Amino acid sequence: MSETTAGRPIRVVVTKVGLDGHDRGVKVIAQALRDAGMEVVYAGLRRTPEEIARIVLEEDADVLGLSILSGAVVPLTRRTREALDAQGLEDVLLVVGGIVPVESRTELDKLGVKGIFGPGSSLAEIIGYIRDNVPKERAL
Amino acid sequence: MSAMDAAQLDEAMTRLAAGGTRVLSRAVSLVENGEPRGLDLLERVYATAPHPWVIGFTGVGGAGKSTLLPRMAAHFAARGEYVAILAVDPSSPITGGAVLGDRIRSTEAPDERIYFRSLATRGGTGGLATCIADVVRLMSAAGRRIVLVETVGAGQSEVAIRDVAHATVVVTAPGLGDEVQAMKAGILEIGTVLAVNKADLPGADEAANTLQHVMALAPGAGHMTEGLNEARDGHPARWFPPVLKVCARSGAGMEALIARLEEHRAFQERSGEYARRNLARDRARMDERLRSLLMERALARARATGVWQTVERRLQAGETDPMRAAREIADAIPIQ
Repeated sequence: MSETTAGRPIRVVVTKVGLDGHDRGVKVIAQALRDAGMEVVYAGLRRTPEEIARIVLEEDADVLGLSILSGAVVPLTRRTREALDAQGLEDVLLVVGGIVPVESRTELDKLGVKGIFGPGSSLAEIIGYIRDNVPKERAL
Repeated sequence: MSAMDAAQLDEAMTRLAAGGTRVLSRAVSLVENGEPRGLDLLERVYATAPHPWVIGFTGVGGAGKSTLLPRMAAHFAARGEYVAILAVDPSSPITGGAVLGDRIRSTEAPDERIYFRSLATRGGTGGLATCIADVVRLMSAAGRRIVLVETVGAGQSEVAIRDVAHATVVVTAPGLGDEVQAMKAGILEIGTVLAVNKADLPGADEAANTLQHVMALAPGAGHMTEGLNEARDGHPARWFPPVLKVCARSGAGMEALIARLEEHRAFQERSGEYARRNLARDRARMDERLRSLLMERALARARATGVWQTVERRLQAGETDPMRAAREIADAIPIQ
């Protein structure tokens, strides 16, 4: 019935980092992931990377979806990845959506962020990417 | 996924008691997912961790529960207490998915003393997740002896929260006048404290007054004052739910609300109600565990002796019906 990795729903935190109030996109994503059977923690707007890492940690999320429309996608993503790693959350799948210029993609790729979804991405594509790449087994 | 050995369990319990957030988060998931490792862990948890003090929060959407809980947790944390917030939102019965949106109001900076977890109902009724009692106990094993539980907040959640919480805060706000009407019916029974949130908005006094009037008309309300009423005229000591104005956003009224809840806890401890509730929970958990253990053993027995397979083949062949088949299998399992 529900979306599972090992008989359980995939847990996703979706949020917006930094000074960026455009939340229509992230809300559409949240609902689409819910309709795909995932448990989606919507953590709201203007979060710092440290707050986000704490939320991902507390919620035991498998996936973090960042929505960034501010143009500062590389530094914000880098700082968030660092904050996750500082909490021992290296295994959390980081997915970025929003406005991502071509040159930024290369930089995000270097950070290990492969799931990048700009304008024109289909919801099915995003859901499929998460299902295929979500961590399968996580240590206590 | 396999069970854990004794050494792994010891290690997990030590990390839990030391306040590790990662191990706590993972443990909640194991319990929530009903994994064998989660059950192993729960056996240790129940053997070592006492019941925490559980405060439930209910009231319709818009009353400000999601702002109130983190604010109250921050007040407890400021006194050095370790607190957990468990916020429950509904799962879709169709897809199993859920949007858990109780964190958007929490703007407090990350604080080790506060652990916030969103839970989907996953088929649980009464506005709570089925695993809520286990998760509550797990919080205690992690040194969090105060647990604030936010229910889905509509309809019958008020009833289920009583099975989990020692006290229940019914939250409302100005402008939700119709809601006050709807709450009248069971309000005296459910609420330990009635909190009128958003006290900075116009209409807060009226909302509080309306609630006080409603309460005063409740059966047995005559001559009672808000809070603790000592025994007299042949009546035992009783609690009369106070109406408090609070403002979760600014924090105004929060200390008064906590003081009332502590007064109520002292009253429950003195009257024995606190221990009775804990015992009722232990008994319910024992029965639930007993049911699943017996079921597991009985089915294993029925399969080992071949009874289950024999009856199931007859069901396939149309020689029996499901009701009769179940009875035949049950009758064939000896219970000494």
